[in-house]
Amino acid sequence: MHPAAADQTAPPSPEVSHQVRIRPPTRWGVNRLSDLWPYRELVYFLAKRDVQVRYRQSVVGLGWVLLQPIALMGIFTLVFSRFVGVGSEGIPYPVFALAGITVWLFVAQAIGQTANSLVSEANLVSKVFFPRLIVPVARVLALLVDLVAVALLLIVVSLIVQGVPGIAVLTLPLWLLMAGLFALGAGLLAATLNVRYRDVGVVIPLVLQVGLFVTPVAYPASLVTGVWQVLIALNPAASCITGVRWALFGTEAPDAVALAVSIVVTIVLLTGATLYFTRSEQHFADVI
Amino acid sequence: MTLAIHAFDLSKRYLLGQQSSGYELLSERLRTIGRRPQETREEFWALRDVSFDLEVGETLGVVGHNGAGKSTLLKILSRVTTPTRGGADLNGRVGALLEVGTGFHAELTGAENVYLNGAILGMRRAEIARHFDEIVEFAGIEQFINTPVKRYSSGMYMRLAFAVAAHLEPEILIVDEVLSVGDIAFQEKCVTRMREIARDGRTVLFVSHNIAAVASLCRRSIMLESGRLVADGPTSDVIERFVESVRADVEVPLAERTDRQGTGRLRFRDVETFVDGRATDTVVSGDDVDVVVSYDVEGPPIQDVGFSVSVSTMLGRLMLNLDSRLIRRSFSTVGGSGQLVCRIPRLPLPIGGYTLTLYAYVGGEVLDRVERAATLTVLHDSGEDDNGLALPSETLGVLIDYDWSAA
Repeated sequence: MHPAAADQTAPPSPEVSHQVRIRPPTRWGVNRLSDLWPYRELVYFLAKRDVQVRYRQSVVGLGWVLLQPIALMGIFTLVFSRFVGVGSEGIPYPVFALAGITVWLFVAQAIGQTANSLVSEANLVSKVFFPRLIVPVARVLALLVDLVAVALLLIVVSLIVQGVPGIAVLTLPLWLLMAGLFALGAGLLAATLNVRYRDVGVVIPLVLQVGLFVTPVAYPASLVTGVWQVLIALNPAASCITGVRWALFGTEAPDAVALAVSIVVTIVLLTGATLYFTRSEQHFADVI
Repeated sequence: MTLAIHAFDLSKRYLLGQQSSGYELLSERLRTIGRRPQETREEFWALRDVSFDLEVGETLGVVGHNGAGKSTLLKILSRVTTPTRGGADLNGRVGALLEVGTGFHAELTGAENVYLNGAILGMRRAEIARHFDEIVEFAGIEQFINTPVKRYSSGMYMRLAFAVAAHLEPEILIVDEVLSVGDIAFQEKCVTRMREIARDGRTVLFVSHNIAAVASLCRRSIMLESGRLVADGPTSDVIERFVESVRADVEVPLAERTDRQGTGRLRFRDVETFVDGRATDTVVSGDDVDVVVSYDVEGPPIQDVGFSVSVSTMLGRLMLNLDSRLIRRSFSTVGGSGQLVCRIPRLPLPIGGYTLTLYAYVGGEVLDRVERAATLTVLHDSGEDDNGLALPSETLGVLIDYDWSAA
């Protein structure tokens, strides 16, 4: 007998509200964040689908996820280290670059995919009700799986190059979490704009390409001086990359002021984007 | 009795932009900043002041022609979109089925899709697990459940999709035309399943073009017309009202009809049916029928136009689709006006009332489309005409060329 067969009389989904009030849109949106909780399984299944599909379509599977950062690491080493002679804060340049690439690829993919998530799930959005926030959140979660895979590679590399890392390594998950929250915030903003103004989707790749160069991915943040440091502080991805390098390789720690600014930027961006998103989501089905 | 659904003054306004879809371009918006405010966009009320109450355990049919507001009503009640005015209170867990197979992914296996689709429809994982075997059995695809659905036939795909949906256990079930999928045996299975759900004391709101299905499931129906509720009562009365509205539509001269879709570069002006060169709208099964359509073209001539005449029963079931592209014919208009003949040798339809829908398109552009442009009545053979014969309506079979002889 199926173990679940015993509770057949139990009412399904007790958390889903049994009283539904349908009213015209209000200024501040109809869904609260607490409405997300009953849909946690949907988040899981959507994220799982993304991961399954990604790994099933390509023959090399996991290899593909690792190939991209490794290829970038190779080209960066050739161009920035050999040709240009960029410093790498006392650790081998390829390892230094790989740390930056790991974080940046995750942030860029998360922003890019989140921005398109609603439009690519237009069919879902126009046919089924659920808090729309689920779609972008599931995308970012699915990418976290890739991030963990690449981060493990990075850790293995750091063990080989550096030996046992210091206590700072414990902060590694925090830097990755911050990168995820920043990407989610930026992605939500872009996704909301993208539903209404479809050309936003075209601009995002351009913005991300510029981002690759204004973020200290291929060079150390310490190279940026003077007034340009504002650029680093306002860019949470920069702090995350410096943080990851510090955690794994004991390079220079992120500047405290810049870090504080980055954290504030992340929080403001995520909160603002979530509010904008939930305010707009009542119209998504009409305009998508 | 307690109310399952209390809907009051439900109204939905859409703003019609220049594009058919609702989105804009940011670059366009930035360019117009600081200039005169945007010209007011045209309004369109898809739904207007619709009120009704539905008691727990009642089964309500929603009928209406295309564009009457049925889908909008369902989208509001299933919370996919919000009303512009009015509201609704629903008491009970709502399961909405606006489409089967929403979220199915071709790369995933049948089993994986069952879980994903179930979650999308609002089922808990434990619930899906409990019903998993039933779902697979209902769909009849046991051997293929671990095969990616991209290898399924379209029939298997639809059966699996419906099977998941059929095992939703909401207190209020909202269903939109999903019964029109699959083969006859499967359709019957679906109707039976819907009846079971209704018998369990759950509330069902059922929208369909197939009024025969509505009649078999719902004692009470409402009818929408241009977004307004025009009838609410026993299904038999509402069907009468529905057929009446078809007749009323046909009485308006084709050129003056405003309930048409398309860009209007080409417009149908007239349609007539002929038998043996005689204009008539009553025919006999087996007659050679000529459908003559007249159209006007505004502006430059149009190349490669596809024309279609489709024949549906009075209750909206499609019987014939006579699309010129299906027989690799398209026409180029010379501008001005023109006339085309669609010849149906030995009309295969049984006795009954039918409506003709006219459709002209070029590439992806709909030029003109008029539903219920004319009616056609197939009668009993009068006995005078050797050509014709009576094909009894109750069989709903069709007449084809065949022969009998001694072996």
